[in-house]
Amino acid sequence: MRDQVSSPYREFWQRFASNRFATAGLVVIVALFLLSMAAALVTPYSPDTIDAWHVLLPPSASHWFGTDELGRDVFTRVVYGARVSLKVGFVAVGIAVVVGTVIGLFAGFYGGWVDSVLMRVVDIMLCFPTFFLILAVIAMLEPSIWYIMVIIGLTGWMGVARLVRAEVLSLKSRDFILAARVLGASDLRIIFRHILPNALSPVLVSATLGVAGAILTESALSFLGIGVQPPTPSWGNILTSGKDYIEFAWWLSLFPGVAILVTVLSYNLVGEGIRDALDPRRQG
Amino acid sequence: MLVPLLLGITLITFTVIHLAPGEPVEMQTAMSPKASAASRARLREFYGLDKPLHVQYGMWLSNLSRLDFGRSFAPDNRPVLDKIKERIPITISLNVIALILEFGLALPIGIMAAVHRDTLLDRAISVFVFVGFAVPTFWLALLCMYLFGVKLGWLPISGIHSLGSDQWSFWWRSLDLARHLVLPIAIATFGSLAGLSRYMRSTMIEVLSQDYITTARAKGVRERVIIYRHALKNALLPVITLLGFSLPALIGGSVIFETIFSIPGMGQLFYQGVMARDYPLVMGILVIGACLTLIGNLLADLCYALADPRIRHGRG
Repeated sequence: MRDQVSSPYREFWQRFASNRFATAGLVVIVALFLLSMAAALVTPYSPDTIDAWHVLLPPSASHWFGTDELGRDVFTRVVYGARVSLKVGFVAVGIAVVVGTVIGLFAGFYGGWVDSVLMRVVDIMLCFPTFFLILAVIAMLEPSIWYIMVIIGLTGWMGVARLVRAEVLSLKSRDFILAARVLGASDLRIIFRHILPNALSPVLVSATLGVAGAILTESALSFLGIGVQPPTPSWGNILTSGKDYIEFAWWLSLFPGVAILVTVLSYNLVGEGIRDALDPRRQG
Repeated sequence: MLVPLLLGITLITFTVIHLAPGEPVEMQTAMSPKASAASRARLREFYGLDKPLHVQYGMWLSNLSRLDFGRSFAPDNRPVLDKIKERIPITISLNVIALILEFGLALPIGIMAAVHRDTLLDRAISVFVFVGFAVPTFWLALLCMYLFGVKLGWLPISGIHSLGSDQWSFWWRSLDLARHLVLPIAIATFGSLAGLSRYMRSTMIEVLSQDYITTARAKGVRERVIIYRHALKNALLPVITLLGFSLPALIGGSVIFETIFSIPGMGQLFYQGVMARDYPLVMGILVIGACLTLIGNLLADLCYALADPRIRHGRG
């Protein structure tokens, strides 16, 4: 009998699980998360012990991904680097979602000049080549992973704001909002209690895709030397030494890049899976 | 409409630069302990640091309105505008070529996927699109440098001229330039190819499901004519808008590939400016980069209006 019970949540989950690619993506993300948490158990090496006798060794049974120019085990550094990528992805997108949602809610709900002003700010922010803006801000600050997360978040909320605003515009004239107003609910209560929960599903999709984007941005910044600073390993800064030793050590360039590729691909697949599961009419 | 946007661009640029804790002068002199009293005074004068922020902003803005972007902090101390002017042509030409290639490739790919929807071909294109979305461009650049530059030795991997090429004839120099630009342009093109082909596929599918296409089919119009004459025109409209949106990513991406391939363009200049904390240069490029995007968006709007009779005749 229990199987007969159907809730929107359950239906959503069933549709998501029937999508093989999305499920695979989710499995990879969970596995990566566990792997990075249990890094010390997975590998006998430490990510920053220098070993002058084992410099730039090609992949072997004892060093799966080879060693780098300081004799550090590349597999270990890639596993520890996963922590950075996952952290940056989640925190940056969290910031973008909160800022974007709040701005979208207010713009859509109040309309008029509030809407005009906020949406002009969105237009202006969208004019800047995002990567330029991020670089400029980071240049003014000490490079640190926290600044990077905040800045990627603060330059990435515009899409969410537009999405939420569009949802609010279609929601605010519905009967249940009118009912809440008649019952004497305050603006803030209507916005956060009644509109927000109904406007969140498209945000979920864009947040998942946003994590992928944030991971790519962080790796590019670290690659350019203004992101996560050595000796803390991140996929981007391992690739920096990959570039320096590209003529002698292909493994330094290959494995961190594959890690980025697989992770970003997984988040994108999950995001698309959520989108299709939320809206069964939309196919492909 | 344009003026508030421009003002906003300058305001955000100014705010970003003044977010820094401490004065830019302190950071500048801390970076180079040998900075002379004169250069310190010059920095102070440039920022007008004794004045309140809104006055500083006003001063900077009034200079900007006369196209005076100030002088670079770099040892050459040249006007920022001159430095940017000599770097802009290569960045813009690279991006325009990349954009043309991107559309030239993405449109047929998207149309093929849409027309052969749910076939093996469509699946293969989907896989390519998803992988393309996920590949970090700088990593792809590294792999290509290794494969074509180091392993095969087919293409140069750095700069835009070979050593001693200034002695060569015009044609040899052009060929040399082209060889240097193959990899950077390929990488820049690949950067947004995936997104564009996917978008093209979905707008094409949408158009192909509309009534007028069914009518055309019922009339017995050949499939080829339906796709390329009837459907393509309407499927292209939303893509034009996307063109405007893809500009910031393209220009921003030029930092990455110009740095990797040592191409003396605006992206590399910006990266160098950032690393040297050359504030006037950074502010100048930020403003100009944003204005380029703005111009791109206006051009896209214009193309849209030209392409769509509903907008052209003021009913839209």
